[in-house]
Amino acid sequence: MGLISRMETVFKAKMNKVLNRMEDPRETLDYSYEKQLELLQNVKRGVAEVTTSKKRLQLQRAKLIQSNEKLEKQARDAVAANREDLARLALERKAALQQQVDGIDREIVELEKQEEKLIASEKRLSTKVEIFRTKKESIKAQYSAAEAQVKINESVTGISEEMADVGLALERAENKTEEMKARAEAIDELMEAGTLEDLTGGRDDIERELAKISTQSSVESELARLKAEAGKEPGKAKTPEEGKGPEEEKEV
Amino acid sequence: MIIRIMGEGQYRASEALCDELNQIDNRIVALVAEGKTEEYRAELTKLISEIKERGEAVEAEEILESDIIVPPEDLSLEEAKDVFSGSGIFED
Repeated sequence: MGLISRMETVFKAKMNKVLNRMEDPRETLDYSYEKQLELLQNVKRGVAEVTTSKKRLQLQRAKLIQSNEKLEKQARDAVAANREDLARLALERKAALQQQVDGIDREIVELEKQEEKLIASEKRLSTKVEIFRTKKESIKAQYSAAEAQVKINESVTGISEEMADVGLALERAENKTEEMKARAEAIDELMEAGTLEDLTGGRDDIERELAKISTQSSVESELARLKAEAGKEPGKAKTPEEGKGPEEEKEV
Repeated sequence: MIIRIMGEGQYRASEALCDELNQIDNRIVALVAEGKTEEYRAELTKLISEIKERGEAVEAEEILESDIIVPPEDLSLEEAKDVFSGSGIFED
């Protein structure tokens, strides 16, 4: 069923349910008003849901940006260590992460639009519900049951259409946030596990390699310092007077 | 004529504006039938912005039934096949 047909069906069903419900048509006004208040509560919850989803995506984006900065630093370190292969790997992973960030940015924009529309819908419905409340009291006070029927039909028809529209907008927003939530949860789980391997491949190997290079280079520089303190030339054999055996030559 | 844009409230549109909207509506029907997603999306966006710019927003305090219901801007081509068929949403 198409969206508009669905809306019309929902709206007519709501209207008929209200109009055919009570023996005294004036009672239908109170019933309709109750339903309106229920929907308003749902809309408020829906707006809160969209806002929560948006905040969650924003947090996730911040985490991904942090990971990106880390990869950038790794790439710099790798370049400094003359390891173009590692730098390339880090930059490839950074690009893959950037794609995730771009996707999240698009989703945030979409959620913001939905949030704005739902907030505006809530305000509109809220105003109409208040107007309806005033009208229903005036109808109940001024008209006999038979006379009230015409007035009631007018009011209920208009507000039922508004309710059907807001209800469907809420449903669409919920469906979208559900889809986004599922994707966000998958990324969250990967992040909590301390890795984004499924998105970017493991980073541990890069870190291990860089740590190895860093260890090697600090060992070499320490050794060079010690040798300098001892007044020895690297690779030069020690004299027997120094009370030591012949020194092994070391590759630096 | 009272037009509701789904999720965005109601607008009053003059007969002249409705005639122009009907032309866009007919173009959308053709584009949907041909499956031209981008062109369809552009025309639907145009239909909605024309209503907003040239129609008169109905005050929230008014409770009225609409003559025409226009779907939201993010309506997919698949969903549009149900809406924009035959003479479309505006009667020819």
